[in-house]
Amino acid sequence: MPRRDDIKSILLIGSGPIVIGQACEFDYSGTQGAKALQEEGYRVVLVNSNPATIMTDPEFADRTYVEPLTPEVLEAIIEREKPDAVLPTLGGQTALNLTLELASRGILDKHGVELIGARVDAIRKAEERDLFKAAMDKIGLESARAEVARTIEDANDIADRIGFPVILRPSLTLGGSGGGVAYNRAEFDSAIRWAFQCSPIHECLIEESLLGWKEYELEVIRDHADNFAVICTIENFDPMGVHTGDSITVAPAMTLTDREYQRLRNAARDIITEIGVDTGGSNIQFSINPQDGRVIVIEMNPRVSRSSALASKATGYPIAKIAAKLAVGYRLDELRNDITDTSSAFEPTIDYVVTKVPRFAFEKFAGADPRLTTQMKSVGEAMAIGRTFKESLQKATRSLEIGRDGLTSLLGKVEYRDLAAQVRRLRETGEAINQAKPMLQDLPDATETELREAIREVIHTPLADRIWYIADGLRVGLTIDDIHQATDIDKWFLEQMRQIIAFEGVLGDTDGVALSPDMLRHAKELGFSDRQIAALRGETPGEVRRMRADHGVAPVFSRVDTCAAEFPSLTPYMYSTWGLDSEAKVSPGKRKVMILGGGPNRIGQGIEFDYCCVHASFALKEVGFETIMVNCNPETVSTDYDTSDRLYFEPLTYEDVMHIVDIEKPDGVIVQFGGQTPLKLAVPLARAGVPILGTSADAIDRAEDRERFDELLTKLSLKRPRGGIAKGTKDAYAVADRIGFPVVVRPSYVLGGRAMEIVHSREELARYMTVALEAVSDAETQTILVDEFLKDAIEVDVDCVSDGEEVVIGGLLQHIEEAGIHSGDSSMALPAHALPPEVLATLRSSTRALALELGVVGLMNVQFAVRGSAVYVIEVNPRASRTIPFISKTIGVPLAKIAAKVMAGATLRELDYTREIVTHHIAVKESVFPFSKFPGVDTILTPEMRSTGEVMGIADNFPDAFYKALLSAYLELPTDGKVFISVKDDDKPAAADLARRLAELGFEIIATAGTRDRLQRAGVAAELVHKVGEGRPHIVDHLQNGDICLVFNTTEGARAIRDSRSMRRQTVMSDVPYFTTIAAAVAAVDAIEARKLRPLSVCSLQEYHARTTKLASVRPPPTQAR
Amino acid sequence: MKQGHLVLADGTRFSGLAFGASGTAVGEAVFTTGMTGYEEVLTDPSYCGQILTMTAPQIGNTGINLEDAEARRPALRAFIVREVSELTSNWRAVQSLDAYLKKEGIIGLSGVDTRTLTRHIRDVGAQMAAVGAEDPATLHDRAKAAPPMTGQDLTGEVTTTETFEWSEGSGVWAEPRDSAQRWHVVAVDFGVKLNILRCLVDEGCKVTVVPATTTADEILAHDPDGVFLSNGPGDPAAVTQGVETVRDLLGRRPIFGICLGHQLMSLALGGETYKLKFGHRGLNQPVKDLATGRVEITTQNHGFCVDVDSLKGKCTVTHLHLNDDTCEGIAHVETGAFSVQYHPEAAAGPHDSRYLFRRFTDVIARQRS
Repeated sequence: MPRRDDIKSILLIGSGPIVIGQACEFDYSGTQGAKALQEEGYRVVLVNSNPATIMTDPEFADRTYVEPLTPEVLEAIIEREKPDAVLPTLGGQTALNLTLELASRGILDKHGVELIGARVDAIRKAEERDLFKAAMDKIGLESARAEVARTIEDANDIADRIGFPVILRPSLTLGGSGGGVAYNRAEFDSAIRWAFQCSPIHECLIEESLLGWKEYELEVIRDHADNFAVICTIENFDPMGVHTGDSITVAPAMTLTDREYQRLRNAARDIITEIGVDTGGSNIQFSINPQDGRVIVIEMNPRVSRSSALASKATGYPIAKIAAKLAVGYRLDELRNDITDTSSAFEPTIDYVVTKVPRFAFEKFAGADPRLTTQMKSVGEAMAIGRTFKESLQKATRSLEIGRDGLTSLLGKVEYRDLAAQVRRLRETGEAINQAKPMLQDLPDATETELREAIREVIHTPLADRIWYIADGLRVGLTIDDIHQATDIDKWFLEQMRQIIAFEGVLGDTDGVALSPDMLRHAKELGFSDRQIAALRGETPGEVRRMRADHGVAPVFSRVDTCAAEFPSLTPYMYSTWGLDSEAKVSPGKRKVMILGGGPNRIGQGIEFDYCCVHASFALKEVGFETIMVNCNPETVSTDYDTSDRLYFEPLTYEDVMHIVDIEKPDGVIVQFGGQTPLKLAVPLARAGVPILGTSADAIDRAEDRERFDELLTKLSLKRPRGGIAKGTKDAYAVADRIGFPVVVRPSYVLGGRAMEIVHSREELARYMTVALEAVSDAETQTILVDEFLKDAIEVDVDCVSDGEEVVIGGLLQHIEEAGIHSGDSSMALPAHALPPEVLATLRSSTRALALELGVVGLMNVQFAVRGSAVYVIEVNPRASRTIPFISKTIGVPLAKIAAKVMAGATLRELDYTREIVTHHIAVKESVFPFSKFPGVDTILTPEMRSTGEVMGIADNFPDAFYKALLSAYLELPTDGKVFISVKDDDKPAAADLARRLAELGFEIIATAGTRDRLQRAGVAAELVHKVGEGRPHIVDHLQNGDICLVFNTTEGARAIRDSRSMRRQTVMSDVPYFTTIAAAVAAVDAIEARKLRPLSVCSLQEYHARTTKLASVRPPPTQAR
Repeated sequence: MKQGHLVLADGTRFSGLAFGASGTAVGEAVFTTGMTGYEEVLTDPSYCGQILTMTAPQIGNTGINLEDAEARRPALRAFIVREVSELTSNWRAVQSLDAYLKKEGIIGLSGVDTRTLTRHIRDVGAQMAAVGAEDPATLHDRAKAAPPMTGQDLTGEVTTTETFEWSEGSGVWAEPRDSAQRWHVVAVDFGVKLNILRCLVDEGCKVTVVPATTTADEILAHDPDGVFLSNGPGDPAAVTQGVETVRDLLGRRPIFGICLGHQLMSLALGGETYKLKFGHRGLNQPVKDLATGRVEITTQNHGFCVDVDSLKGKCTVTHLHLNDDTCEGIAHVETGAFSVQYHPEAAAGPHDSRYLFRRFTDVIARQRS
């Protein structure tokens, strides 16, 4: 049956902000889905609260709503757009849960909207643990012994019946949120409470532990005629007990016989049939007992998932696109495989090995439990393709952007005896590991035996760096059996690692004799980078590269073709490997631009940069360039095979990029769009003669090098906070004393405010210099920048595009919180909602002057701080910034596309973009944090970025936009209840004002002693509550009891911050909106007031933009000071 | 490990490291794209006379367990891989791949750029080749001198010499659908894969396996309820006696054929076969059942193929390959005979097509009642 004609218009639901467990893979699937549906001629209505996505680009849908993902908002959109159907299976758990809610509230029925892709009963059967288990029993498949608990009493009884250890799996959460392992009653008591809190339906499965079993995933697809195919098998390197998102995973499965595999395939088929997913993709997880092959079904996701994105990139099969087409009525045999022009009803087969390695961010969450468990904790991932597991593992590990060139040694960097002691303490007391604060002091040099025993103990506990620890274990003589015993990792994988490590010895020990071409080639086949070889031999990477060139040892490029070379591939999707014949087939005579992507997602560098890279590719294709994308992040749109003309799935290192440059010889390379990863390559690439497009490497250096930056500002007579460079503690004291505390300190050359802090005293500064700095393992320099902290200043981000002659401002974003919070974490409004015209004029003229002086060609971002009428330049980034997609969505101008064209030689005048657009509507950006995944971590916002994603609220006025932004970030402002206020002295007058307004709106006020006194003096009645430590019941008790609906809490100084920490944590646990600055609190009260006055309305980007274009054509932009 | 080479008749040379048995082997160079089940593939008698390349790069990971073997010994000439595992990891493994090949006298070559080799075979076509540790020029001469696959009847090399009874089913690996031995089937062994016999037993058949040269009368002397024609190696058109036997059997008993058995049945019905450029070998081949419209993911291993047009008016084409529209199945309804080009017994491969064994016993049941 071809496409359905009875439906015309389809609502596609996105996954919202990037959070742990739900990242840009759903932009990839949503974008593919939207494209596929548009291609079929359907009217697509799309909703997603995340503006940094390609799917919310207005051209990918007929109507695009950047609105909060709540049932109320969805109903408003459905009322306006009257879609015939909703497709919920491409937007992750968020879209699925939201759809279930819409269905159970009767909203879909009421408006006659059909659910396509998966039916409600199928979703329920897959997602609700007891229904799923019953379904498995029915088809004769074994699932782990488990029972569902809804009360603590039930839970205790169940745990007794099953016996410890038990696994906790809360229902309807994503990324295993709230789940974990409990080894004993004490751990269980706290774990079960946490699990119930995380489950939206207060339900948790308590399950028999399968720790140590092998874990597999099958990505499967099925159509309405019961045609079924397995797209990919994925084997977890880490055995059961580690969430698959946190595991190193390998495709295809490496250690299964066909009989074992077919058992899984048959089970997968029975499961998808029984659950009733009859038009789309699913992910099914299995566990296998390595002793006897017994198979247990773990779970099934009746939707496209993170693993589907991985499977799509690993095999070349576009799962989301096919799933979308199946949902509208096609059958598999009616669709073609783009890559080989054969049927889509085949199973991909591959002749290479794909390895995915997760990227963690524990360094940003002091106090977080670093153990990998059933709750996902990683923030991103890198994938690599190689001919063998060895090659792909080394490529993946050097793709992670953690300063490691592969499976490098940490011996000498990690004190394993201390780490073992810390891991022991972690296991016994739960106290987090802190390698900067050793437990064992002044150890004598370790013997190999000591190292072996220490490493053996360390690797027993799954930690982020375990694979490096295992490699070190092999280096000091642990055997495969030893390691298998400690980790349960399959011996086959360990043997592969052993071969890598064994060859290190050969490489490093040639008695000063040069490496033979055969040895070099073998090293490369084992995945060694030039830098690894150089380090092992005491040579420079340049020397190794030259030696390879002399011997003609260069990689070949093979194609990802879904069929192991059975058919020629029509799509140039490539990876490097070592062999006889390259399939790159470089196009002769074309003008080419190569775009370097951003690598794995991490905090500070996420989807925003992928968005920019994708836009660069689209824009340059439009003007006739052949575009070449290089990236190693499988979640992204940039690594979709039809985003660019050519795709290289490769690590973003100098060596790997140069291999591509060597054969492609691009006319230009764009390094400014993918964030810090490609930017770091600007200088070495330029030195190697690679043409860098746009702003010069020198201009980038002028903006990043502190001394040159100071000269630049002096030349332009621009102000900056007073400060200086410190090369040690003494230096730092001197600078701080000169400018006065508080000061902002940070290592130079870092992204995302890594280890950036505000310190208020000499003691804090001393602690920072000794502890925090050592923790920055990836800092390239030990230089610290010490700057004046501009207290109570307002920060403003300005993004502009310049062609070298003209500068056009994209937007002025006013931060809602005062200075001191990383710009990636603070909420912002566009256009700036409350700044005087003369300040705006200064911001514009300063930006223009900076861009012209630096010779920016392309994008530039400037961060300013404004105090009164004084404007300070905080930093200048002559590259794409995190705010580009947000601004582009707001003003309706694709800034990254314009910038890419400018970098390729066009002028702004030619592109008809010469005037700043100031919209009537207001957009507010709000950040989303992973605190709920890290119990015990302080949630206070600091100069160190910790948000994983962002949302946008857009409306005709600021209060509504702010309200929507919060709602999109899953914070619903209350309309009545009890508000807790506790503020520092400076804020007390403002707090009194707010309290009065809240009281008038019908709220009750509860406050700590100091604040309450002040409120009462101002005539506002407030109930008294104890701070934590002042006796009970205190504020945390009230929060736990659900008495509090809103919290305003501002603090100053380390002590006050420490004291209020447990309260901040509790607000996160209790989902209570919480504001730590007066500015944000004022905005919140404005928003509550607005909500009481009028209902929330929705409007599409297309409508906003249409209005804006008209506006811009009749009115010159204000205050265009030249 | 010693260096070894694979040299194709066209002179293309691939070097690697010898493993398994030593010596020289000559055969047709082909590739298979399956990612699992190298033990089944290795022991599939249909690979007789061939030098088989695995496109999956890392082979030997789960060792050899002997339970999964599709014949008592391998019949292929040589086994080419990108990398052979130095360690065996599986609960059922009894020996390593290397040790097994040594014991069985099969030459292995690892370290070969199997992707380049595969692309060459795909582009140029399957051709004769020689593999061994000899110098490449000698190997090239041997490859050139070898007779092509077309015209070769290789069934004599792999068929049983003695008639025997088979009663073992899939055991723990599949639910037996019918444990009573309701039907007696004679399976003509042109190089039968053991899993076919297991699948027949799973469907309630008692199986008598007879040599490839058994005549129709000799078969009927066993008084079977149905006759099964097995898979096997070589050029079907050269298996003239087999075609004869099938022709004599048509209409006298229900017949089910797989792979070579399918080709022999087509020839017996007056169809023609031809050689494919590089064949279909893998576990992911999409086949459409024209009666139901359903797609099956199938296991395939064939270098020759039945010409669809040659069958017009002689029987019904029941299955087509979705990639290239070649003939994948036929039925001669009036005589209760049907056959498929692909392997419903899988081993290795997906079990999507197991229903065909049930279809066979259904035909038998209908004819008997």
